Amino acid sequence: MDDWLIAIIKVVCIWVWVLLIAVVMTWVERRGAALIQDRPGPNRAGPFGLFQPLADGIKLFTKEEIIPTKARKILYILGPLLFSVPAFSTYAVVPFGDKIILGGKEIILQVSDVNIGFLFILALGSMAVYGVILGGWGSSNKYSILGGLRSTAQMVSYEVPLGLALLAIVFVYGTFSLRDISLAQQGTFLGFLPNWGIFKQPLGFILFIVAAYAEANRVPFDLPEAESEIVSGYHTEYGSMRLGLYLFGEYVNLVTLSGVTVALYFGSWHMPYIDLGAYLGPISWGIVSFCIFFLKVSFFLWMFVWVRWTLPRFRYDQVMGLGWKGLIPLGLFNIFITALFIQLTV
Amino acid sequence: MNQNPTSQTSYESDNYVTINIGPSHPSMHGTLRIVAVTDGETIVKAEPDIGYLHRGVEKLGENLTYHQFIPITDRLNYCSAIPNNVSYEMAVEKLMGVEVPEKAQLIRVIMMELARIADHQVCIGILGVDLGAFTPFFYLIIQREEIYEIFEWFNGARLTNTFGRIGGVDADLPDDFEQRWEELKPNVRKANDETEKLLTHNRIWMDRTIGVSTFSPEDALNWGFTGPCLRACGVKRDLRIDEPYCMYDKFKFEVPVGKNGDVFDRYIVRMIEMEESIKIIDQAYKLYKEMPADAPLMARVPKVIKPPAGEVYSALESPNGELGFFVKSDGSAKPYRIRIRPPCYMMFQALPELVEGEMVADLIACISSLNVIAGELDR
Repeated sequence: MDDWLIAIIKVVCIWVWVLLIAVVMTWVERRGAALIQDRPGPNRAGPFGLFQPLADGIKLFTKEEIIPTKARKILYILGPLLFSVPAFSTYAVVPFGDKIILGGKEIILQVSDVNIGFLFILALGSMAVYGVILGGWGSSNKYSILGGLRSTAQMVSYEVPLGLALLAIVFVYGTFSLRDISLAQQGTFLGFLPNWGIFKQPLGFILFIVAAYAEANRVPFDLPEAESEIVSGYHTEYGSMRLGLYLFGEYVNLVTLSGVTVALYFGSWHMPYIDLGAYLGPISWGIVSFCIFFLKVSFFLWMFVWVRWTLPRFRYDQVMGLGWKGLIPLGLFNIFITALFIQLTV
Repeated sequence: MNQNPTSQTSYESDNYVTINIGPSHPSMHGTLRIVAVTDGETIVKAEPDIGYLHRGVEKLGENLTYHQFIPITDRLNYCSAIPNNVSYEMAVEKLMGVEVPEKAQLIRVIMMELARIADHQVCIGILGVDLGAFTPFFYLIIQREEIYEIFEWFNGARLTNTFGRIGGVDADLPDDFEQRWEELKPNVRKANDETEKLLTHNRIWMDRTIGVSTFSPEDALNWGFTGPCLRACGVKRDLRIDEPYCMYDKFKFEVPVGKNGDVFDRYIVRMIEMEESIKIIDQAYKLYKEMPADAPLMARVPKVIKPPAGEVYSALESPNGELGFFVKSDGSAKPYRIRIRPPCYMMFQALPELVEGEMVADLIACISSLNVIAGELDR
C-alpha cells in the first residue's frame, strides 16, 4: 500500500514539475530571445512578464476548436495526443535526484528505475513521430504534409546516431538503467577530472547533443516547422489547445532530453570533486541532489534557447547529409574506439 | 494572370506536387505569389505570379501634377523611399533642363546613401530571418530605426519621406546632423560587424547560401539585372560611377563585385556597399560643410511646373538597382505618361531560371536575396 502511494505521489509530483518547467521554459524562451536580440520581450503580464505563459494557456484553452473540413478527423485529433503523451511519459525513467529517506523508507528520486532505461526513451521518442506524421497527414494541407514528412525523415534518421551514442554509454557502464549510470559517475576520473560521462565519451556526447537537437526539432534542425518555408509545418492547421499540445510537448521534450543529457554525461546529481551525500543528512541530501540535478538541467535548457536564437537553419538535404554521412559513421567509429578501449583495458 | 500559371504547363504528373506559396505567406515579403511544382523538396518549376499590389501608380501620375506625384513614388520601394523621390525629380528636372544647386545635390546624396544603408539592412535582416537566423534582423533593424529617426527629424516622415522638390530640396540639413551622424556611424558599423560575426563565416550560413541560385554574368545581363544582384554576378556596373549624377563623380568609393552570383555573393555585396555608403556620406558631408551657409537649395523653377513637350528617361542607382523614370510631357501641368522601370521587376522574372532544380528552402532564400519589393514590382 505504501509503495503504491509513494509511486503515485512521485508520478504526480514529477509530472507537475516537468509541466511547470515546460511552462517556465516558454517564458525563458521569449525573454531569452529578447535578451539576445536587444529588446525587452514580454514584460506586461505580471512581474517580468512571468504570467505570460498563463495568459497564453488561457488563450489556447478558450479558443474555438476548429477542425478543417477537409481534415481526416480521427487522425487530426489523434496527432497531438500521440505527440504529447509520449513526451509526458518519457520523463518517468529519468532520475531527478539521488534518494531520500522518509520514515525509515528509502525512496529513490525517479518515477521508475526500469532496467531497460533509455531503450524506453528511444521507444517513446519513436512514438512521437507518429503524432507528427499523422497530424501533418490528417490536416490535408500541403505545407503540413511537407512538414510531417520532413519531421519524420529527420526524427527517424537522427534516432540512429542517438542510439549509437547511447550504445557506447552502455559499453562504458554496462547497464541501461539511468540510475545505475548516474551512480557510477561519482568520484574522479584519471585522478583529476570529475567522473562524468562526457570525459569518458567526449565524441559520444557531441553526437548525442546534435542528435538531441534534431530529435527536439530545434534550430538548427527546425525544418519541420520552418516558418519561412512551410508556414508552421505539421501544425499549420492546428489551433486552440491542440496546437498547445504540440508546442507544449516540444518543451517537455526539451526537459526530458536535458535530463537525459545530465544523467548520462554530466554526472547527474553529483557535484564535481565533493561528495555532498557523505556530509548531509538523508533528507537534505535528497533535496540538494534534486537541486544540483535541475541546475544542470536548466543550463542545458538555456543552451537550447541560446542556440535557437544564434544559428540559421539547415536545409533538408543538409540535415539528412549530416545525419547519414556525418553522425552515423562517427557514431560507429565511436563505438569501435570504445569497444577497443574496453577490450584493451579490462 | 487570371488562370493558374501552371495550368498550361506539362508538369501534370503524379509524382509532382504543386505548392502555392503566397500571396499570404510568412516569407513572401508583401504580396508575392509563387506557384511551385515540386518533386518532393526539389523545385521542378516555379512561376511567379505578380500583380497583387498593383495600385496603378503609373496611371495615377497622369492625373496628378508633377509635384503631386512625388508622394506616390514613396510607395514604390517602401524600404527606401528617398531614391525613388530623387529619381523621379531628376527625370522631371532633366526634362525641364534645370540644373540643381550643388548644395541640394549633396543633401540628396547624403539622404540617398542613408536610405541605401537602411534598405540593405532590411534586406540582409530579412534574408537572415528567412534562413532561420532571427537575431541579426534585430541588430540591423534597431540601427535602421536610428536612420529613420534622422529622416523623421529631417522632414517628419519615417517611411514615406516625400523627400525633396523638383529643382532641389525643400529644407537644409538641420544643424546637429553631424552630431547625429557621428553617433549613428559607429552603431551601424557595430551592427554590421555583429551580423557578419553571426552569419558570414557561419558554416550553416555558408552551406545555405554559397552556390545557391547562381547566375552567370551573361544571363544576368540578358535578364536585365541591375544593382547588387548584378554586381554579385561579377559585372561591375554601378550608375553612380558609370553615369554619374548628383556629383557622385566627386566621391571615392569602391564598387564591390561578386563572383558566382549566388545568395552569398548578394549578401556580401550588400554588406560591403553599406560600408561604402558610410564613406560616401562622410565625403558628401565634408563637401557640404565647405558650402556657404546661404547657398541656394532650389533651382529657379516655376510654381506650376510645365515642362516643354518631350520625353525623357532618367535613372539612378537605387539600393536595389537601376531605378528609372520615363516621363513624357505634352506641355501641360500634368505628365502625359509616366513609366517606371523598377529594378526588381527584371530580377523577379528570372526567378524560374534561378531556382529550377533547387530546393524549396532555396527558393525562399533566393527571393529574399533578390530583395523583391512588391511595391515597386507591381506599382
